[in-house]
Amino acid sequence: MAKKLLLEKAHVEGIRYFDVYRREGGYQAVEKALKMAPNDVVEEVKKSGLRGRGGAGFATGLKWSFLAKPEGVPRYLVCNADESEPGTFKDRYLMEFIPHLLIEGLVVASYALGSNRTYIYIRGEYAWIVAILEQAIAEAKQNGFLGKNILGTGFDCEIYVQRGAGAYICGEETALIESLEGKRGNPRIKPPFPAIKGLWGCPTVVNNVETLAAVVPIMNLGGEEYAKIGVGRSTGTKLISACGNINKPGVYEIDMTISVEEFIYSDEYCGGIANGKRLKACIPGGSSVPILPANLLLKTAKGETRYMNYESLSDGGFATGSMMGSGGFIVLDEDQCVVRHTLTLARFYRHESCGQCSPCREGTGWMEKILQKIENGDGVKTDIDLLWDIQRKIEGNTICPLGDAAAWPVAAAIRHFRDEFEWHVNNRELCRKQNYGLAHYADEIHVPA
Amino acid sequence: MSEEVKKIKVTIDNISVEVPAGTTILQAARMIGGDVVPPAMCYYTKLEGSGGKCRTCLVEVSKGSEADPRPMPKLVASCRTGVMDGMEVKNITSPRVTDARNGVVEFLLLNHPLDCPVCDQAGECHLQDLGYEHGKAGTRYEFKRRTFDKHDLGPYIQLHMTRCILCYRCVFTADQLTEKRVHGVLSRGDHAEIATYIEKSLDNNFIGNVIDVCPVGALTDKTFRFKNRVWFTKPVTAHRECKCCSGKVTLWQRGEEVLRVTARKDQWGEVEEWICNECRFEKKKTSDWVIEGPAHVNRHSVISQGHYEKVVKPTETFKAVHDGRDPQLLMDIHSVSEVNDPNVDLSAIAGPATGEVFKLTKKSS
Repeated sequence: MAKKLLLEKAHVEGIRYFDVYRREGGYQAVEKALKMAPNDVVEEVKKSGLRGRGGAGFATGLKWSFLAKPEGVPRYLVCNADESEPGTFKDRYLMEFIPHLLIEGLVVASYALGSNRTYIYIRGEYAWIVAILEQAIAEAKQNGFLGKNILGTGFDCEIYVQRGAGAYICGEETALIESLEGKRGNPRIKPPFPAIKGLWGCPTVVNNVETLAAVVPIMNLGGEEYAKIGVGRSTGTKLISACGNINKPGVYEIDMTISVEEFIYSDEYCGGIANGKRLKACIPGGSSVPILPANLLLKTAKGETRYMNYESLSDGGFATGSMMGSGGFIVLDEDQCVVRHTLTLARFYRHESCGQCSPCREGTGWMEKILQKIENGDGVKTDIDLLWDIQRKIEGNTICPLGDAAAWPVAAAIRHFRDEFEWHVNNRELCRKQNYGLAHYADEIHVPA
Repeated sequence: MSEEVKKIKVTIDNISVEVPAGTTILQAARMIGGDVVPPAMCYYTKLEGSGGKCRTCLVEVSKGSEADPRPMPKLVASCRTGVMDGMEVKNITSPRVTDARNGVVEFLLLNHPLDCPVCDQAGECHLQDLGYEHGKAGTRYEFKRRTFDKHDLGPYIQLHMTRCILCYRCVFTADQLTEKRVHGVLSRGDHAEIATYIEKSLDNNFIGNVIDVCPVGALTDKTFRFKNRVWFTKPVTAHRECKCCSGKVTLWQRGEEVLRVTARKDQWGEVEEWICNECRFEKKKTSDWVIEGPAHVNRHSVISQGHYEKVVKPTETFKAVHDGRDPQLLMDIHSVSEVNDPNVDLSAIAGPATGEVFKLTKKSS
């Protein structure tokens, strides 16, 4: 049984309420942290090697140390709970079942960063979780862990919950800040980064829900102890939200030492592919990251076992690897059509593009239309090359990473499943009736020495 | 004591220039001028916060600075990236930039109607120029283009969203120049539109400037719309005493008639001084204005084909330039060719001149 740090107590009866959470050892991290100097808390997080759990995997301690601290200017901590990536639902689980863990992590992080006003920007669709969080905030306030003069240390902190209005783009940190300020959620042009000029022009740190929750075990165990869990630069535990054609979809906490094969097939986690089918492909980190065919998912291009951690999943770059991303693990079995799947993603990104910069605004719509054409059985062979050229011209040329996120799934689908796209354009009648199946599954990828 | 602004050195396409700290790459390139200036569709010097959106000004930074010589991994928007000391930038010398820019132009033209002959902006459209320089002759887009209905923004301005490239310049103008903010962007993605939400007239006294900042034909002057083509009109600079603005404008005339009034624009197509609605829309008589003279129009612009600008007669003669030497004929073409015989008076021939005509004269002479 792998070590659990975040969800260990998530299923204790009544853990949603302060009394039970406190009885189970909650808010000890706040007591411990508030006795330390704020900078020591930052140092502790640095030592833990914690990496951002929202998708990019940037070192959290380093991000905190970049925060500008000019005199007389407030600093803000914003919790990014705008979890909208298709296939990702780990934050929802965490906030719904054990909301106090997030509140505790927020108090510690606010203390470390000197933020007296901390915001939780939550996805608008998570309406029922707002009530859960607000109740948790009220309870924490009643018991002196939040509000004025926390635990008699003189540190004040208020947490506010702000609902988004249903835009994926507001999960991008600068768009989130714009939206929080009451403006249209367009990403800002960086630099300046939020650490210098963020919310209302003040230094701001934006962190994912899981990242902030992970601060609690870091404080309880100590940074060095936390760093011993996991492997290499992938320290601690990670929540994986598994979905798709598997027997046991759900949120799993893993310690990043298990292999992808074990994660999919062991009964402790996904429990194998549903309905006795075979594994075709998988998106290991949320819809934005490249899709991998089964042979490249279980083993890297060099023939080594692929593990569920930041380094191993990205082994081979985008040519033969993928990314840890946000941990949205989407599994496709042999009955799934990659073209249709890519079309669904492309439609999502077209719908969610903010329309600010031209490559993303126009390119996402174009890609969707071409994919729709191929899926409908009206495609021609040049469409595949055109699709490749469009994604190449979007990637890296946009203001925010949404352009990249829209381009990568298309690129990876063509890279690994080109034969399936070609089958669609060559068998126009047939592709309307049946799927391509598993032909690519057994293919060995040639790896240059 | 005024603080000495630090000068830093930046190299763009192997041309070095010294600029004050805090300058953007685009501004530094404009100081050099010529071909190294990246095109800009959304950036506007006078509008705070503009730029970074259209991505046509992408450049490659091959050396970050003297202190940190690492190149930047991605292409950067030159209009919003500040220069560092010792920075080296590649614009037209980088194939990556050319490729990306061609892509951006293709994206911009994707949903833009290609009906320049009926568009009022034709001839002074920045997208048209950009398309000529970077675009392909054909399109790879085979789907229906996005269209919108035309909207009247008050009595003077027409909005045709179909032509809009969402540069946000007009939004910044309405936001920064006028008191009430009634003009913004609705929806997102490729269906985003510039709008006033309800058909609300933009009745602010400076709102007419949104027409000038629009790089394409999305916002047009209803007092001029379809009256004439810009290249048939002659721009002259003029001024008048105005209570609320500088009164310095360009008049677009046909004969003595004033067809249109716009603000004066600099060589980058940006407004020099904002003008008020009264000057722009209501003063349409030559007697309202003090005319200063013909406005300078770039030689490459189609507007310059009217040759209205005063032609300067060369004062130097050939003889003076060539040390008193007379021009010399290298070869008398008529001695070797029978075509264009100088003895033939072409105006005296009925119908077009053919080889027969010259042969006949040869024989008879």
